[in-house]
Amino acid sequence: MKCDNYVKLTVPALSRNESYARAAVGAFVSQLDPTLDELGSVKAAVSEAVTNCVVHAYAESDTVGIINITARIKGEEVYIKITDKGCGIEDIKKAMEPLFTTKPELERSGLGFAVMESCCDKVKVSSMVGKGTTVTLTFRFDKKVLK
Amino acid sequence: MIKRNGSITAVISGELDHCEAAGIRMQIDPELEHLMPTMLILDMSGVTFMDSSGIGLILGRQRVMESLGGGVTVKNPSPSVRRILQVAGLSRLIISGKKTEE
Repeated sequence: MKCDNYVKLTVPALSRNESYARAAVGAFVSQLDPTLDELGSVKAAVSEAVTNCVVHAYAESDTVGIINITARIKGEEVYIKITDKGCGIEDIKKAMEPLFTTKPELERSGLGFAVMESCCDKVKVSSMVGKGTTVTLTFRFDKKVLK
Repeated sequence: MIKRNGSITAVISGELDHCEAAGIRMQIDPELEHLMPTMLILDMSGVTFMDSSGIGLILGRQRVMESLGGGVTVKNPSPSVRRILQVAGLSRLIISGKKTEE
């Protein structure tokens, strides 16, 4: 019997949770028996998306915001949704341009979305200014479907 | 930190992400300012994970080294680190280990 599966995580938008988030999602995805390359790609993409929440989403906020992460295995695909309720992105197309960064003083390279796109089969970004941002990462692990 | 013939080697290990990058930067930059080397070698053989925060660290150190008239190289990156360097177009900085197409 085909069995889809999911996990939901909620963490404060703290830098020290970046490693936890990618490790937790990596552990969940490991049930598909990914190659080391595939697992590395999942962890790198999750790390980028979560770091964006930590660095940008709540930068102007007085309180520590929340990051919601849902990882879902559905057939041959893995969907990872990373959501914040922060400042939102005014111009998504611009934000996704390689080397574009609003925080060069923090040595941000502006390559977060480029890394996500190189790691995933699909990256979808939806955002509303003042409401928050959701990044959905899609991976296809062919023929590694849970039975 | 290993100092030799005008160059400094910074041996980095563990996971190089946003959380760790600032601490590494704070260890390297004072040494660069003090010793003014002609080359900074970032030995990545012990780095088990890197994302674009590592790229920011490398590009930042490259700027510092260029202001000193020097340069930066990256030594022994793992395949996963190498892949992030490729995405950033920084494969040219790799000085040893297996070569891959940029």
